[in-house]
Amino acid sequence: MTDQSRIRNFCIIAHIDHGKSTLADRIIEKTGLLTEREMQAQILDNMDLERERGITIKSQACRIIYKAKDGEEYIFNLIDTPGHVDFNYEVSRSLAACDGAILVVDAAQGIEAQTLANVYLALDHDLEVLPVINKIDLPSAQPERVISEIEDVIGLEAEDAPLISAKTGQNVEEVLEQIVAKIPAPEGDPEAPLRALIFDSVYDSYKGVIVFCRLMDGTVRKGTPIRMMATGFQTEVVEVGYFGAGQFIPCDELSAGMVGYITASIKNVRDTRVGDTVTNSQNPCAEPLPGYKKVNPMVYCGMYPADGARYGDLRDALEKLQLNDASLFYEPETSVALGFGFRCGFLGLLHLEIIQERLEREYNLDLVTTAPSVIYKIHKTNGEVIDLTNPTNLPDPSEIEYMEEPIVNAEIMVTTEFIGPIMDLCQERRGQYVEMEYMEETRALIRYKLPLNEIIYDFFDALKSRSRGYASLDYELAGYERSELVKLDILVNKEEVDALSFIVHGATAYERGRKMCEKLKEEIPRQLFEIPIQAAIGSKIIARETVKAMRKDVLAKCYGGDITRKKKLLEKQKEGKKRMRQVGNVEIPQKAFMSVLKLDEN
Amino acid sequence: MNPDNKAGIGIYIHIPFCIRKCLYCDFVSSPGSPDSVRKYMEALVREIRLCGEAGTEADTIFIGGGTPSIVPPALLDKVLEEIYKVFKVSPVAEITMEANPGTLSHEKLYAYRKMGISRLSIGLQSADNDELKSLGRIHTFEDFLISWEEARKAGFDNINIDLMTAVPGQTRESLLRTLKTAAELSPEHISAYSLIVEEGTPFSEMKLSLPDEETEYLMYDDTTDFLESHGFRQYEISNFAVPGKECIHNIAYWTRKDYLGFGISAASLRKDERYRIKTDMELYQSEWTDRNALITDREYLEPADRMEEFMFLGLRMTEGVSRDRFKKLFGHEMDEIYGDVIEKHRGYGLLDEAEGRIFLTRHGIHVSNQVMADFLL
Repeated sequence: MTDQSRIRNFCIIAHIDHGKSTLADRIIEKTGLLTEREMQAQILDNMDLERERGITIKSQACRIIYKAKDGEEYIFNLIDTPGHVDFNYEVSRSLAACDGAILVVDAAQGIEAQTLANVYLALDHDLEVLPVINKIDLPSAQPERVISEIEDVIGLEAEDAPLISAKTGQNVEEVLEQIVAKIPAPEGDPEAPLRALIFDSVYDSYKGVIVFCRLMDGTVRKGTPIRMMATGFQTEVVEVGYFGAGQFIPCDELSAGMVGYITASIKNVRDTRVGDTVTNSQNPCAEPLPGYKKVNPMVYCGMYPADGARYGDLRDALEKLQLNDASLFYEPETSVALGFGFRCGFLGLLHLEIIQERLEREYNLDLVTTAPSVIYKIHKTNGEVIDLTNPTNLPDPSEIEYMEEPIVNAEIMVTTEFIGPIMDLCQERRGQYVEMEYMEETRALIRYKLPLNEIIYDFFDALKSRSRGYASLDYELAGYERSELVKLDILVNKEEVDALSFIVHGATAYERGRKMCEKLKEEIPRQLFEIPIQAAIGSKIIARETVKAMRKDVLAKCYGGDITRKKKLLEKQKEGKKRMRQVGNVEIPQKAFMSVLKLDEN
Repeated sequence: MNPDNKAGIGIYIHIPFCIRKCLYCDFVSSPGSPDSVRKYMEALVREIRLCGEAGTEADTIFIGGGTPSIVPPALLDKVLEEIYKVFKVSPVAEITMEANPGTLSHEKLYAYRKMGISRLSIGLQSADNDELKSLGRIHTFEDFLISWEEARKAGFDNINIDLMTAVPGQTRESLLRTLKTAAELSPEHISAYSLIVEEGTPFSEMKLSLPDEETEYLMYDDTTDFLESHGFRQYEISNFAVPGKECIHNIAYWTRKDYLGFGISAASLRKDERYRIKTDMELYQSEWTDRNALITDREYLEPADRMEEFMFLGLRMTEGVSRDRFKKLFGHEMDEIYGDVIEKHRGYGLLDEAEGRIFLTRHGIHVSNQVMADFLL
C-alpha cells in the first residue's frame, strides 16, 4: 500500500490561454516519466479539436513520479480540468478530487474573469492554491504587478510564487518543489468503507466505461462489488489501475488517497455520473460524498442531417458521442422544413459547437442546426408548468398564464476603457446591472444579471469585438424570472417554417424579426416566383421582405452537339437544389437556417 | 422535321482553326499553320475512312469550327469526298458550312457550291462595328456585306446569319438595328445566341459592361418579337427560320437522332452511346490507326438517361416534346415519369400543352434551365 504522505493530488487552474496545458506538459516532462520523443506537444489534450481550439474539453488525469530534492519519490496525480464555463460542474468535481491547485496567471495579462471564477471554486473546495506566474519570458511581462494583483484581488499570498516560463521550461522545478512542500498529502482511511469520487469517465469499446475516480477512503480491487450511490447502478470491478501518460496502467488495488480508474463492464456513461460516489455494495459507506448533482442541459437546438438519408448515421453518431458525454442529451424530433432529426441538449453554446464539429469532423456528417434555445418555463392557465425546449411546441397563447426564462449571473472582466461599450452591450441584451469592482486602476469586474437566451447566440463574439478581445466572461445560472416573451414565427411564401421559429422578448421582437427577414432575403436565392418573407407574432406580421422572382436563365448554346456539357450544367443546377430544403414551393438553402444565428455581426 | 431514327444520321466535321480567336470563344479552335491544317485535314479523311460505318445513310453534314472557310477548298473537298465514299449520303442532304466574313472569296464560294455545300452559316454577330470590335471579331459589317453578296451571287439560296445578343456595349436599340439589318437581307435562317462569358476565355478576365439581367430579358423578347413579325418563325430557343428552312442538322441534336462527329473535340451520339474525340491535336495528327484511340468520355445511355435527354433537348424546340413519341420510345406514359414535374411547371406558367405536345412558354424559355433541370431523374 502506498504511503499517503508521498501522494500529491492537484490540478492546474487558469484562464484560457494562460498556459495551463503547456505547464502540464513541462511537469510531465520534468518528472522524467517520458522521453522527449514520447512527448506529444500537449499530452493532456488528446483530442484534435481541443488542440485546435486550445480548450480542454474532457478532464483527464495523469500519474507521474517525482524525485524531490529531499531524496524521496512522490506520486503526483495531475488532474486536468476543463477550461470553460459550460463545464463548470465538471470542473468542480475535478477540483473535489484534488487537495491542491496550481493557479497559473499570465505575467502579461494578469487576472481574468475565469481566473477568479476558478480560484473561488478551488477555495470553495478547501484546496491549497499555489500561484504561479507564467510567461515571464514575454517582453510585456509584469510579474510584480501580477503578484500584487493576486494578493490584492484574491487575497492569496503570492510573494514566493514561482516566476516561470512553461514554454521554455524556466523555473518549472520550483513549481514541483512547491507541490511537494505546500500541497497537503491526502488523509483518507484505507480501512474504512470504500468512498470514491467519480470525476470523469470515458467509454472504451473493449473495456466499457472507464471510471476515473479519487479514493477518499477504503480500498478497491478486482472483484470488489461496487455501487454508484446516486444512480444505484451495481456491478463488480474487473480492473483497477492508474493513469500513465495517455495510457491506462492496471494495478492490484487502489486505496485511500489515490487517483485511478475502475472498469467493470459498464455499458453506459449514464450509469457513472460525474460527482457520484462509488462504494462497496456489501460494505457501503454511511454517506455519499457531497456535491453530486445531475447536470442538465441548458441550451437546446435541433440537429438535422443535410441529407435526409443519413438520419440513421446521425443517430448512431449521437449515440456514440453520448457514451462519452453524459451531459449530451438528444431525442428524435420532426420538422416540417427539415424532416427527421434530433432535439439536442447541451451544457452551453461551446458544448453545442464542439458536438456539432465532432459530428461533422469525426462522423463526416453535414448538419443543419436550428437556432439554439434555452429552457423556458411555461405556466399554463390550468396550473401545469412545462419546460419548453423547442419553440415550436409553445402552447397557444390563450393557454399560457405567464412564462419564465433562465437568468444568469455574469461576471465580465474588462479594462476600464471598454466599460462603456460593454455596459451598453449588457443593457441591449436586457441585462440588469448588479455592481462593478475595480481590480486595479485599469481593470474592472462588472456584474450583471442577464437572460440566458440573450447570451447563447452571439454575446461572446459581441463582447470580444466591443472590447477588442480584452473582455472575459464567466457566468452561472441564477434561476428563472418571469418575462414578457413571445414566439416569433417566420413565414416564407406565407408558410410558417417551423425550424426558424424562436422565442424572444417582446421588446426586441421587432428588431429581431426585421433582421431575420433581411438575412433570409440574402440567403434565399431567387426562384421562379416572388417569395414574401415575413416575421409574425401570432397572426400579426411585424416585418416583411421580398425575394423577387427569377427572370432570366443563361440560355447556353450546345456546342457542336456536345449534349453532355449541357447535361452537366443541368446536373449542377439540380445538385444545388438538393442542398436546399423544400418548404412549400420554396427551396431554402441549408445555410439559411444557420445564418439567422448570427444576426448581430456588426 | 420528322425525327425518325430510321432515316440517315448526321455528320459533324470540326475544323479547329481560325485566323484569330474571338474574345468570347470557348470552342476548340486556334490559328494553325498551313502544314498543320493540311495534316489535320488528312487525319480527318483517315478518321472518316476508319470509322467503321461503311454504307450508313447520312442526311446532314455540318462543317463547323473554328472557321472552316479558312481551310483551302481542295482540302475540304477531300473530306467531303471521303464522306461520300464511306456513307450513303442522301441526294437531298443538307450540307452546311460555317464561314466568317473576311475569309470568303468569290473563288472559294464557287468551289463550295461545286463540292456540294448547300447551306452557309455566316457569323455576323452584330451589325455594329463597335460591338464587333469589342467581341474581338476579325471583320467589319462592311466585310460581311461583301461576303453576303458574293454568296448569293455564287448561288447559295439557304444561308443562316449568326447573331449574338447581350454583348458588351449593346443596347436594345443597337440590337434592333442589327436585327433589322439582318432581316432586310432576307436570309433563310437567323440564329441569335446570347453571349455567355465562359471560364477560361479572355472575356472572363475582363471587366465588361454587359447588359443587366432585365435588359437581357427584354433583348430576348425583342429578338423573338422582331423576327417573328418579319417572317422568321422561332423553332428553337435561339433559332429562327423561314418556314421550311429550319436547320435539319441542328434539329437532329434536339430530337436525339444519331450523329457522328469527326475531328478533335467533336461529339457523337451513336447507338445510345455518347462519346467525344480527344482534344489533342498532336495525337490527332499522328499516325494513329485505330479510331478508338482517339475517343474519350464514352458513355452508354441507360433508358433513364435517354428519357432525360428526350425531355430537356426536346424542350429547346418550340414545338416541344410529344407524348406519343415518348410512349413509343420508352414504353411509359410521359406522366408516369414526369407527371409531377410537368404539372408543377404548368402551374408556374412555364410549360404548356397542345395537341399532345409539351412545350416551354415564352416565360418558360427565359428560365429554361430551371425547368429542364427538373427533368433529370
